[in-house]
Amino acid sequence: MQNARSFSHSDAGFFDEMRLESEGIRSPYKTFSNWFENVPKEVLRQKRQEAEILFQRLGITFSVYAEILQNERMIPFDIIPRILSAREWAKISAGACQRIKAINMFLSDVYHDREILRAGIIPASQILDHPNYLPQMKDLNVLGGTYVHIAGIDIVRTGEDDFFVLEDNLRTPSGVSYMIENRRMMMRLFPNLFTCHSIAPVEHYPQLLLDNLRAVAPGGGSDPTIVLLTPGAYNSAYFEHAFLAQQMGIELVEGQDLFVRDEKVFMRTTMGPQRVDVIYRRIDDAFLDPLVFRPDSVLGVPGLLSAYRSGNVALANAMGTGVADDKATYVHVPDFIRFYLNEEPILPNVETYRLADRKDCLYVLEHLSELVVKEVQGSGGYGMLVGPTSTKQEIEDYRARILENPANFIAQPTLALSTCPTFSESGIVPCHVDLRPFVLSGRSVSMVPGGLTRVALKEKSLVVNSSQGGGTKDTWVLED
Amino acid sequence: MLSRTASNVYWMARYMERAENTARILNIVHHMSLLPKSVPEENREWSLPLKITDTLSMYFDRHHSINPSDVLDYITMDENNPSSIYSSIRAARENGRAVRGKITSEMWESLNATWLELKRIKESGMTDFDCSRFFEWVKERSHLFRGVTHGTILHDATFYFVRLGTFIERGDSTARILDVKYHVLLPSLGDVGGAVDYYQWGALLRSVSAFESYRRVYRDVITPFRVAEMLVLREDMPRSLHACLDEIQSILGAIGGFCGVEARRRAGELHASLHYARMTSIFKFGLHEFLTDFLVRITELAEEVQSSFFVYGEGAASVQEPLGRGVTE
Repeated sequence: MQNARSFSHSDAGFFDEMRLESEGIRSPYKTFSNWFENVPKEVLRQKRQEAEILFQRLGITFSVYAEILQNERMIPFDIIPRILSAREWAKISAGACQRIKAINMFLSDVYHDREILRAGIIPASQILDHPNYLPQMKDLNVLGGTYVHIAGIDIVRTGEDDFFVLEDNLRTPSGVSYMIENRRMMMRLFPNLFTCHSIAPVEHYPQLLLDNLRAVAPGGGSDPTIVLLTPGAYNSAYFEHAFLAQQMGIELVEGQDLFVRDEKVFMRTTMGPQRVDVIYRRIDDAFLDPLVFRPDSVLGVPGLLSAYRSGNVALANAMGTGVADDKATYVHVPDFIRFYLNEEPILPNVETYRLADRKDCLYVLEHLSELVVKEVQGSGGYGMLVGPTSTKQEIEDYRARILENPANFIAQPTLALSTCPTFSESGIVPCHVDLRPFVLSGRSVSMVPGGLTRVALKEKSLVVNSSQGGGTKDTWVLED
Repeated sequence: MLSRTASNVYWMARYMERAENTARILNIVHHMSLLPKSVPEENREWSLPLKITDTLSMYFDRHHSINPSDVLDYITMDENNPSSIYSSIRAARENGRAVRGKITSEMWESLNATWLELKRIKESGMTDFDCSRFFEWVKERSHLFRGVTHGTILHDATFYFVRLGTFIERGDSTARILDVKYHVLLPSLGDVGGAVDYYQWGALLRSVSAFESYRRVYRDVITPFRVAEMLVLREDMPRSLHACLDEIQSILGAIGGFCGVEARRRAGELHASLHYARMTSIFKFGLHEFLTDFLVRITELAEEVQSSFFVYGEGAASVQEPLGRGVTE
C-alpha cells in the first residue's frame, strides 16, 4: 500500500494523471484531451501569452512586494488543468474532513482532559513540552470545540488509488486566493471548456468561509462583526488577506486598528469604537498579544488573550493549534482518527521515520541517499534533503546536521509523485504535482471541491513549493 | 469605517492633489521665467515655488544657490524633499496600496501606473525641454485619478474621506498660490496695467485653470482685485477658497456622527467667513494677512479632522502610535 520505492528518473516509474502507457488517456481527461489534441498550437500559444499578460496586470500586486520583500515573486500559472473525477474527489474530501474532525477533537482533548495522553497513544512530553503548546489555552472552551476553522491539507498521489497526506497546515494556511484566481483565469481563457465539462465551482469559498466565521461568533448575535487581522501590507500573503476581506465584505485590520477594553475587543472607526466579535487572524500565535507572548510584537493586540479567555471574542484559527501541525505530531494523526472517531483513516500518511527513535534513526542514516529528510518544524521546502537527487557531499553535510540533534528530523521515502502534463521551456512535459485542498469548520466540516494544485516546473524536480520555483494549475473536480 | 482606512484614503487624495498643485505652481514659474528680465529677478522667481511649499530652508541645506535647474529638480524629482512631486505621488500610492481592498481596482491601477511611469521618467532624466510636458502629465494623471474615483467608487464614507482630502489640500494650495503676489508679484506702481503685470497675473490665473473663466466672467482687463475675488470668493470657480469650503462643509455634514462635531463647527465658521465676506474689506484688511489667517485656520481644521476621525481610540490622548506608521505623514 505504501507505494514508496526508490526510483530512477526514467519517466516510466511515475503515475501520469492524464495518460497511462497501459490504458491510454485516463477517463477524467478524455474530453479535455480530445479538445487539446485538436486545438491549434497557435491558439494555445496565444492563450498562454494572454494568461501571462493578465496575471502580470494582476501581478503588479505581487511584484510590488518584490521591491520590498526580495524573496516574493509572481507564482507561474500553467494553463493545462489538473482534473479529478467525482470519485477521486469523494475520497480526498472524505479523508480530509475525517482528519480535521479528529484533529479538532485531539486539540480539545489536549487542552482539557488529555485522555489521549493517559491512554499512551502519544507521549505526554511530546505534546506538553512542545514549543507550540500553549498552557494559556488549558480548559478554555472554544465554541463547538472547533480549534481549526481553516486547514490546508497537502495531499500527494502515487497511483490510481494511492493518495497520501503529506502535511496538515493548521495555523494560518494560505493559497486559497490562487485557487480562485486560477479558476477565474481559466474561465476567461477557455469558456468553451466549461460548457463541455461539468466542473464543480470553487468561487463560493469566501461565502462558505464567512458562514463558518459567523457561526462561531460569541453570543450567537445575528449580525456579528468579523474582521481579518493581517500583519500588514509588507507581508508576503497580503494580497490574499486583502482579497479575502474584500470578497467577504469584512474589514481588513492591523493590530493597531484594534484595542481591548474591559476584556472586549474594539476597532477604531471614524464613528468611534466598534465591538469586534470574530477575528480571522493571519498572524502567528507568538505575535497575537504582546502582553503574553512576544513583547516586541507590534503586529498584535495587547490584551487579546484576556478577551479571548473571557469568551468575548472568537479567533479563527484558535490559539495553540500549532501543537498539532508539526511533522512529529503528524505521525500520530492516523491514531487520532482511530482513537476519537473509531474509524480507519481514509487517507493514509506517508510512511515516516522519526529520528528521535533510535532504530528509525539508524535506518535513516544508512539509507540517506534514498530518503527525503525534513526538519520537524520546517516548511516551505527549505532545509530538506532529497536523497536521490543530492550529491554525496550534500548528503554528508546533511548527515552532520542530523547527528547534532536527531530528534529535530523526520524522514520519508522518496515518493514517486504523480505527474500532469505541463508547459515548460522544452514543450509539454509531465511535471510532478501535489494538491492543497482547504477544509472549513465551524458550522459544519466542509470543503469546496477543488484546491490549489502546485506543480514542480523544473522538470524532474520533486519540490512543488512556490518558494522553490513551483507553479500552480487550476484544479477541476468533475461532477458526475 | 476603520480610522486607518479613512486616514489612508484621505492622505492618498491629499498627496495626489498636492502633486497636481505643485506642478501648477512650477508651471507658472516656468512661464514667467520665459519673459525677458534681468538675472536677479530670475532668481527671485525661482525661489517662489520653494517659498510656497515652505521648503526654502530645506533647499538650502542641500544647495548653495537658487538656479532654475536645481530648483526644478528639487521640487519635481528629489526624493529627499517630502513635498516634491516624486515624494507626493509615492506617498499617494503608498497610502492607496495600504487600502487596496477599499478602493476600486481601477483606482489602484491608475495610481500604480502613475507611479511606475514617474519612476521611469526619473530614471531617464528630465530635461528642461521636457518640463512643460511633465507638468501637463502630472495634471492629467491627477485628473484621471479623480475621474476614475468619481466614476467607479461607491459613494459611501470612503468616498467622502477621499473628497475631504482633495478639498482641504486644494484650499490650502490655492491660498498659497494666490499669496505668491505678496512674495514676488508686487508690481512697482508704474507697472500696474503694464505688460509684465498682465503676464504675471495671467500666468497665475492659468495656473489654477481660471484664465478663460476670468475672461468670461469679467470681460475686462486683469486686475489684482478681480483675480483675488475670483480665487477667494466666487463659489462657481472650482479651485476658489469658497468653493473648497462649500465642498468641505457638505462632506463633513455627509460623514456626520458624534466624532465630527468640532470639525463641522470649524468648517462652518471658516465657510461663513468666505460666504459672507466682501472683497473690499478683505483688501482693507490686507490680502496677504487674510490669506495667512486662512492658512492657519484651514490647517487647524485639518488637524481637527485628523484627531476626531483618525486618532480615535480610548480617547485620542492615550493613543501612542504615530498616525498610520509613516505611511500617511
